[in-house]
Amino acid sequence: MVFKGKVFKYGDNVDTDVIIPARYLNSSDPENLAAHCMEDIDQNFADEVNEGDIIVGGKNFGSGSSREHAPLAIKYAGVSCVVAESFARIFYRNSINIGLPILECPEAVQATETGDELEVDIDKGQVKNLRTGKTYQAAPFPPFMQEIIKDGGLIEHVKKELV
Amino acid sequence: MGMTMIEKILAAHSVQDELKPGDIVNARVDMVLGNDITTPVAVEEFNKIGVDRVFDKERIAIVPDHFAPNKDIKAAEQVNMIRKFARKHEITNFFEVGQMGIEHVILPEKGLTLPGEIIIGADSHTCTYGALGALGTGVGSTDMAAAMATGKAWFKVPPTIKFVYKGELKPHVSGKDLILYTIGKIGVDGALYKAMEFTGEAIDNLSMEGRMTMSNMAIEAGGKAGLIAADEKTEEYLKGRTQRDYTVRNADSDAEYEQVIEIDVSQIEPQVAFPSLPENTKGLDEINEKIEIQQSVIGSCTNGRIEDLRVAAEILKGQKVNGNVRCLVFPGSQAVYKQAMNEGLFDIFIDAGVAVSTPTCGPCLGGHMGILAEGEKAISTTNRNFVGRMGSPGSEVYLASPAVAAASAIKGYIAGPEEVK
Repeated sequence: MVFKGKVFKYGDNVDTDVIIPARYLNSSDPENLAAHCMEDIDQNFADEVNEGDIIVGGKNFGSGSSREHAPLAIKYAGVSCVVAESFARIFYRNSINIGLPILECPEAVQATETGDELEVDIDKGQVKNLRTGKTYQAAPFPPFMQEIIKDGGLIEHVKKELV
Repeated sequence: MGMTMIEKILAAHSVQDELKPGDIVNARVDMVLGNDITTPVAVEEFNKIGVDRVFDKERIAIVPDHFAPNKDIKAAEQVNMIRKFARKHEITNFFEVGQMGIEHVILPEKGLTLPGEIIIGADSHTCTYGALGALGTGVGSTDMAAAMATGKAWFKVPPTIKFVYKGELKPHVSGKDLILYTIGKIGVDGALYKAMEFTGEAIDNLSMEGRMTMSNMAIEAGGKAGLIAADEKTEEYLKGRTQRDYTVRNADSDAEYEQVIEIDVSQIEPQVAFPSLPENTKGLDEINEKIEIQQSVIGSCTNGRIEDLRVAAEILKGQKVNGNVRCLVFPGSQAVYKQAMNEGLFDIFIDAGVAVSTPTCGPCLGGHMGILAEGEKAISTTNRNFVGRMGSPGSEVYLASPAVAAASAIKGYIAGPEEVK
């Protein structure tokens, strides 16, 4: 899987309350979640994001609530993948389980600005900044998680196991 | 080689003799939990799996508590959907309004979370059950769905940080202050991908309520779990609450920890976490400004137990809530509600001008029952002070103990119990 997209960059500790505020959680409708994605940290995000764009975050991205609506909102907004210095553990788990590609790559994050274009190769764990031409290497996923990713998420993985 | 609590619990549930950090296991779970926000998504995912029954109807708990009693039509539809699911699958532990309470208050109360067990919950504060010597950990809706079908979940064994709390607490310093102090010390990602074990004489001396407050907020340091060894107090708490057998799985004396952090609690003042991260803590003695507040919230899965309400009532007795403040009390469960009522705490609250609510998570997450307007500030015994957490993105939340929240409600600005005479 290789994604190419424009970068929306945010700082450290982007929590799931700002990714999708609780006031919108009385529905899990994809359009509702996409329309309010990142609203409390970036009011223009939902209007400006295009299919395939990439979110870049600092440390502890997705901290706080376990709401799966957060990675879902990002996915439904058309974001192709999220690159961060580190992810909060429930967000990390949820992203893998629902099939939202994520990568932990501090070096790439530090060298990236909003508006840059990135090319992300999820299988190789490589992040290329097309503005600077530099490529960064992320640590690969453990084999067990690669299997879930390959199956397209936890539900498909479990289905295979139960058969 | 000895094992930490989490290694021992995961090993027992995945039939392994020994586990070490980094190992990945598929472990059996003893209880699967969801609420009215996370369960609807889990039900949709569960239906995609294509199994016609849940793994065990007695080992699933569904608690409509976040937007319940239903705050609007959409919330009502969501609860209806999970109610139908619960009926169809004859889920024993579906707690309707009237029996319900805040999930992390009622599950221990009803003996559904026992020492040595694994409880996964589609709610980040599932780590509360660490206070009973159980591995409670937050997951998402898809994990909940998979576990409802299979009775299992995958875990990466985390390294453990051991915290040793030495000495005696000052008056009005509680479990809430200890955990806020700890998060202030290590940061909101200080225990990311790790388990925390809370030990030492100050933990031994803490009540079960105080322990649950501490474990509850392990997630605010990024922790996978906040574990406390089961002891006589745990056994005493569980008496009459459960018929289920359980096995205590405390850490071995030669367990290997990634880090050991010692904290002298005798020096800790009541803590306040400033907006907008739980790590922005200060002792009351370090606050040199008058921070006026418009709302004081006492309750939640962090501080909605009987001891918390007693502490607040002791301070509010014979006092009046400041005319510029709305003070709201949320008992965590019907049992807490009834006990507080029988002990006369509601008389104290109502005479002081406090509004007492039926149990709900409502205001903590900016759901309903106490939303903040732009520019407003609240002091709250809840667990998060993120941007917009309790309402407008332009409002602010300060986190503190019930004692500080009660004192601040009286003074109209952030104040300690010592200032209320």
